[in-house]
Amino acid sequence: MTVQEIREKIQAGLPGSEVEIQDPYNDGVHIKAIVKFSGFAGKSIVEQHRMVYATLKDELKAEVHALGLETKV
Amino acid sequence: MDKELQDKIKGLIDSKKIFLFMKGTPDAPMCGFSAGVTNVLRSLGADYNSFNVLSDQNVREGIKEFANWPTIPQLYIDGEFIGGHDIVVEMAKSGELQKKIGA
Repeated sequence: MTVQEIREKIQAGLPGSEVEIQDPYNDGVHIKAIVKFSGFAGKSIVEQHRMVYATLKDELKAEVHALGLETKV
Repeated sequence: MDKELQDKIKGLIDSKKIFLFMKGTPDAPMCGFSAGVTNVLRSLGADYNSFNVLSDQNVREGIKEFANWPTIPQLYIDGEFIGGHDIVVEMAKSGELQKKIGA
């Protein structure tokens, strides 16, 4: 799964979100996603992260376990 | 999830005020994110128990469903799911985690 595909998946699941993907080691494994989404408003940080995870359900099952996450409203 | 597994997970979480599901052990974490959380807890002097999910495939899969959270580590305080690595680090930075631990 490429960085581009991860970005598209998140944006498809959270329409209107801004997604920045960082791949500091350029290995496609230790990825960090910074997601800015108006729909996070009023939600706890746990709920915000769950919403992002939900868009990557299948990928996370396949153990893309090194996904860092930062969410912003 | 069957009741036996659910009870086992719940029993672990309830066994200590602060409980961490992780890969490896606090002295020998097997994943960078698990290591990161144990570092935060150590820096705060937290008294916690942990469970190595690599030792039990049922618990490893079961807690993902239990918490509706797809990744490990998972931190619980007073039986409440707090979050994974990023949330724990963020809460420690803001001082919120210290409050929860001390409360």
